Amino acid sequence: MRVRLRNPDRQVELSGARNVRDVLSELSIDPDTVLVIRDRTLLTREERVAPEDEIEIRPVISGGGR
Amino acid sequence: MRCKRCGGGAVVEVRRHNAAFCGDCFVHHVTEQVRRSLRSFRMIAPGDRVLVAVSGGKDSLALWDVLLGLGHRADGLYLGLGIGAYSDASGEKVRAFAEDRRADLVEVDLREEYGFDIPTAGRRGPRSTCAVCGLSKRYAFNRSALQGGYDVIATGHNLDDEAATLLGNTLRWQTQYIARQYPVLPPRDGMVKKVKPLVRLSELETAAYAVIRGIDYQVEECPLVAGNTQLRHKEAMNQLERNSPGTKAQFFLGYLDRAAELFAGLDREGERLMPCGRCEQPTTGRYCAFCRARAQVLGERLGPPPAEQVARELAEEVMPVEVYDG
Repeated sequence: MRVRLRNPDRQVELSGARNVRDVLSELSIDPDTVLVIRDRTLLTREERVAPEDEIEIRPVISGGGR
Repeated sequence: MRCKRCGGGAVVEVRRHNAAFCGDCFVHHVTEQVRRSLRSFRMIAPGDRVLVAVSGGKDSLALWDVLLGLGHRADGLYLGLGIGAYSDASGEKVRAFAEDRRADLVEVDLREEYGFDIPTAGRRGPRSTCAVCGLSKRYAFNRSALQGGYDVIATGHNLDDEAATLLGNTLRWQTQYIARQYPVLPPRDGMVKKVKPLVRLSELETAAYAVIRGIDYQVEECPLVAGNTQLRHKEAMNQLERNSPGTKAQFFLGYLDRAAELFAGLDREGERLMPCGRCEQPTTGRYCAFCRARAQVLGERLGPPPAEQVARELAEEVMPVEVYDG
């Protein structure tokens, strides 16, 4: 699967299918600090991601004033 | 994972509520949390004209979207900060949202209006970039709201922002700042009422709401913000939250429920507002913090304040507390 990470923008490839929780764990990302998006749809941690899928991991933390 | 409300397939999990929601029910959840804040803090009165400070990020655009959805008379205010491509892209996101929702947008460009941009102010002035940015925003928001005849300024500060700020203020026991950290600041002497309707929602919730509602927000982080103090405090709070979901909400909402009243009034001790000697915005000194910062950035001398102001200050023994302080 292709994983697009943001801030900064970069891509990583992971082999095989797995659920979102395992993807985040493998990339050492705290699930409470990101959204995981596939085809503009949000995925929960239990969602299965197929090898041919492309997902985006989008941080939600921002540091400036609003 | 099933939606807590309708039993359908869930797309968002909110661990502190031990709940998950489908898209529609999550939008309902967010709207109800905002409605609850609006009601319990009496943020917006019927017929009020609201100016929403929008940066192009998830929080402020989500806030504008919710307020419009609830039927409020809410216009947007975008302040161009001049932070290169980041600001250009942010402005485009805001304009696209306003056009899509057929909402009115007020635009102010810091350089055009006040002669400097944020990167320049950070390099030349005595304050940190984030401090001068915050100062400029608070100043420009208030001034624009006064000029436009708005009753309320709404900002997109969320639960994570407020918890991190409270942590920072508490670690240093800045009681004046703690006293000012409330979801509603009432209007007074040239200061427009300010409200923070998103204080019951985490960053994850506002971001998820924006994605579900199809809001194309600025995902990139401000290039000048890396490693700022608030980010460090957010990381500390997230570490606590990881092991004990709900900690942030207990800390900040518990403060509002049980501790805020203990600090009430500490921000105004001995403080009396008067017009700034240069711009006539309210301040406690001869010149407001924004005019002093601006003069330093532009290499100008402010000169002596008007004689009548000096006389008034002497007569009233005004304490030198800044209203527009970063």
